[in-house]
Amino acid sequence: MKTHYIALLIVLATLLAAPAQAALDAKAVAQLAAEDSDERIAAIWTLAEGGQPAEAMSVLQALADGSLKDAKGEDITINNRIRGELAAALASLRLFDADRGVRLAAARELQAGADARLVGVLEKAIAKEADAEIRRLLALSHAQASLQSDDPQRRLAAVQALASSDSPNTKSLLLGVLAKNGDAWAEPDAEVRRAAAAALKGVESRLGTAENIGRVFSGLSLGSILLLAALGLAITYGVMGVINMAHGEFLMIGAYATFAVQGLFRSYAPDFLDAYVLAAIPVAFIITALVGMVLERMVIRHLYGRPLETLLATWGISLMLIQAARTLFGSQNVEVANPSWMSGGVEVFAGAMLPWNRIAIVAFSVGVLALMWAILNLTRLGLFVRAVTQNRPMAGCVGVPTGRVDTLAFGIGAGIAGLGGVALSQIGNVGPDMGQGYIVDSFMVVVLGGVGQLAGAVWAALGLGVFTKFLEGWTGAVIAKIVVLVFIIVFIQKRPQGLFALKGRVVD
Amino acid sequence: MKRRIFVKTMAASVALAAMSMSSFSALAAETIKVGILHSLSGTMAISETALKETALMTIAEINAKGGVMGKMLEPVVVDPASNWPLFAEKARQLLTQDKVAVVFGCWTSVSRKSVNPVFKELNGLLFYPVQYEGEELEKNVFYTGAAPNQQAIPAVEYLMSKDGGSAKRWVLLGTDYVYPRTTNKILRAFLKSKGVAEADIMEEYTPFGHSDYQTIIAKIKKFAGEGKKTAVVSTINGDSNVPFYKELGNAGLKATDVPVVAFSVGEEELRGVDTKPLVGHLAAWNYFQSIKNPENDAFIKMYRDWAKKQKLPKADTVVTNDPMEATYIGIHMWKQAVEKAKSTDVNKVIAAMGGQTFKAPSGFTIKMDEKNHHLHRAVFIGEVKGDGQFNVVWKTKGPVKAQPWSPFIAGNDKKKDEPEGK
Repeated sequence: MKTHYIALLIVLATLLAAPAQAALDAKAVAQLAAEDSDERIAAIWTLAEGGQPAEAMSVLQALADGSLKDAKGEDITINNRIRGELAAALASLRLFDADRGVRLAAARELQAGADARLVGVLEKAIAKEADAEIRRLLALSHAQASLQSDDPQRRLAAVQALASSDSPNTKSLLLGVLAKNGDAWAEPDAEVRRAAAAALKGVESRLGTAENIGRVFSGLSLGSILLLAALGLAITYGVMGVINMAHGEFLMIGAYATFAVQGLFRSYAPDFLDAYVLAAIPVAFIITALVGMVLERMVIRHLYGRPLETLLATWGISLMLIQAARTLFGSQNVEVANPSWMSGGVEVFAGAMLPWNRIAIVAFSVGVLALMWAILNLTRLGLFVRAVTQNRPMAGCVGVPTGRVDTLAFGIGAGIAGLGGVALSQIGNVGPDMGQGYIVDSFMVVVLGGVGQLAGAVWAALGLGVFTKFLEGWTGAVIAKIVVLVFIIVFIQKRPQGLFALKGRVVD
Repeated sequence: MKRRIFVKTMAASVALAAMSMSSFSALAAETIKVGILHSLSGTMAISETALKETALMTIAEINAKGGVMGKMLEPVVVDPASNWPLFAEKARQLLTQDKVAVVFGCWTSVSRKSVNPVFKELNGLLFYPVQYEGEELEKNVFYTGAAPNQQAIPAVEYLMSKDGGSAKRWVLLGTDYVYPRTTNKILRAFLKSKGVAEADIMEEYTPFGHSDYQTIIAKIKKFAGEGKKTAVVSTINGDSNVPFYKELGNAGLKATDVPVVAFSVGEEELRGVDTKPLVGHLAAWNYFQSIKNPENDAFIKMYRDWAKKQKLPKADTVVTNDPMEATYIGIHMWKQAVEKAKSTDVNKVIAAMGGQTFKAPSGFTIKMDEKNHHLHRAVFIGEVKGDGQFNVVWKTKGPVKAQPWSPFIAGNDKKKDEPEGK
C-alpha cells in the first residue's frame, strides 16, 4: 500500500513539472535550487545521467548561464564548485553530439579534470568516437578518471597512458599517486608507483620546456614594448641629441589618440569596432608627429646645443601636456578595450599560452622598426637627417635645409612614440601620467644601446626585456627592477658609450 | 482697543520676521566645513574618485534635509594625487587653513599612515572608509572599513571550505606596501594555524602601477600545477588590477581551476575590464551592489541620480561599492554623533561616536563599537558575474565585531581594544 503512494507521488510530480522538462526527474530539477551544494551536485549528475541528454543539457546550460529561476522566480546562483561540476556534466553530455567541433571542445573541457564518476561515460564515448584527435583526448581523460580504480592493472594502464599527456593537471595527479599519507603510500602497488615516477619525469620535462618558452616570449614581449617606447627617443635623443623629457607624454598622446579613435568607432561605426586599432595607428602617428613638430618649432629649436636648458624646458612641457590631458579627458584612467581578435591566447606548446595582444605587439614593433629603418635609409629625408646629424655645417653648405630637416626628424621621432602609445594602450592603463612610467625605461634603453644607434636600441630593449623577465621569475618584480637599474649604472660606468658606439669621426 | 492690539501684533510679527531673517542669514553664513581627502589623479584615482563623489552626494543629501544642527555642511575637496607625503601636507592644510571639523579620506594604508601624525598633532578627526590590515588604533581616526577578521580571514576560510574549492595551496599576491605585507603576515600565521605547510604558500609583490603580469601569472600556473588545489589571495591595489585581470583572462586561468579572491577589487575597479573571462573569481567585502533591500535600492538610485546631475564620465553605468557605502555610513554616523554631542568639537564627537547605529545599505543595522573605533559589519563573499557585478555566495549571519589587533600576530593579545589616551 505504502509503495503505491510513493509511486503515485512520483507520477504527480512528473505531471506537475514544466512541459519542457516533462521527461526529466522533477525532484532532481527542484533539487537544483537546494541550499546545500552537495545536494545540488547530486541533482546535476542525476539529470546528466538520467537518459534525456537534450532536455538535461538545456536545463543545465540555463543553470550555468544563470538564467534558471527557482519556484519564487528568483535567479538560482551558483558557486565555483557547482560551476566546475556543471562544466564536467555538460561536457559529458556533449561528448555524444553530432558535431565534431562540439565533441572536441567537450573533450578538451574534460582535460581539466575527470573523476571516477565519468569512467563509464568516457568508455561509451571512446567506443563510439571515430575521430582520432578526440579519441586521444578521451583516452587521457579516461586514464585520469580510472586512476582511482580499485584494480591495480587499470591504475597501471592509466598511469602509463598519462605519460603522454601534456596537461598541467597531469602533474598534480601523478604527484598525488606518489604522495605519502604518513608512512603509507597513497598508491599501494609498487609497480604503479614506478610507472608514475617515470611518467612524471616525462611530463615535468615537457612542462619545463613550456615554461621556458613562456619566459622567453614574455621577455620578448617586454622587450618589444621597451623598444616601441624607446624607438622615438632613439631618433630625438640618439640621433638629434635632444634630451626630450616630454617623450613619455608623446606615448601618452598616442594612447589617448587610440582612445579617441575607439570612441569615434563606437559612436559611428560600431560594426567595425574590432578594426579601430588599425585606424588608430595612422591617426596616432599624425597627431603626435604634429605635436612634436610644433614643439620643435616653438621651443626646442631655440635651445639646440644647450642640453640643460632643453632638459628643463621639455620637462616643463611634459607637465603642461599632462595637465592638458587631465583637463581634456579627466584625471581618471580611460578604458581602451582590446578588440576581440586581440583577446585570449593561443597554445603554441602544451601549457605555454601566448596571449594574442602580446603577439600582436611583438609583430607591431617589428613593423615599426622596419618602417623607421626604411625612412632613415631609403628616403631622401632619411639621407638628409643622417647628413645633418653627422655634419650640420657641411650639410647646410651643400644645400640641405637643416632647419626643416630638424623639424621633420623630430616629428618622425614623436610620431613613432605615438605608435608606441597605441601599443601600450592595449596592455596597460591609459591615464594622463602614464608616460612618466616609461620615460626612465626609454632613456635606459637608448643609453644602454649606445647613443646614435638604432641597432643598439633594438638589442638593448630585447636584452633588457629577457633579462628582466628571467630575473623576475627568480627574485620577484620589486627586486628585479632594482637589480636592472643597478646593472645599468655599473654598465654605464664601465662603458659610457653604451653597447654599440659610433666609431671614428662621427663622434663629436 | 482692537486697533491697538492689531498694531501690537503687527509690530511683534514684524520684529519676529526680522529676527528670523537675521538669524537665517547668520545661519547661512555659518557653515560646518568638512574636508574630503581623496586622490583624484594618479594610480589610486581609479578607486578614490568615486569616494569623493559619494562624500559630496552624502553631504548634499544631509544639507537638503536641513544640515547638521541647523548648519549647512560645506565640503572642502583637495587632491593629494596618489602621492603619500602630499596626503600629510593636504591634511595639514585642511586642519589649519580651512579649519574643517572632520576629514573623510584616504584609501591606501600608506596614505593613512602618513596623515596619522598630522591628525594626532592637531587633534583632528579622520574617517577612513576602506578595509585595511589592522594593527593600528588611533584616537583621532574612525575606521568604517573592515579589519582583517571582517574580510581577509573569512575569505580564506571560505576558500578552504568544500564550497570554496577546498584550497590547500596559497598564493599571496599584493602591491608592495604596508597593507598587503601586513595582511599577508596575518594570513600566513592563520594558514599555519590551520596546518598549511610553508612550502604550500607563495608570496609575491609588485610595485605600485605595475603593468606587466606575465611572469606572475606564469608562476601561479606553475605553482598550481604542483599538486593540490591552489587559490590566489590578491591584495593588489589601484590600476594595476586592470592589467592583472586582463592577463589572467588572456592566459586562460579559470576560476574553477585557480580561484582568485581580491580584497581591493570591487564593482568600480572592474568597470574598466571585460569580466566574461573572470566569471567565478571572488571578492570579499562588507557590501555589494547586488545585495537586495530597500536601503540599498535607495542608495544606488541616489548615486545614479547624483552621477547624472554631476555629469560624471559614463554616468549611465556608475556602480556602488563597499568603500562608498563605508563613506556614506561614516558621514551619517558623524552627523549623528555631532547632534548627540551638540558640538563639532573633536573630543566631544569622539566620545559621542561609540554606540552609534545606522541602517546601512548592506541590509544590517551597523553599530560603531563602544570602544575600538571600528564598525560591527557583516561579511559577504561574492563571485564576479559576466556584467561586472557580484553574486553573493556566502555571508555571515550578522555583524561581526572588528579585531584591529589580529590574534594571529604575536604579542597582540596584550594590546588594549581601545585607543591610547582616550
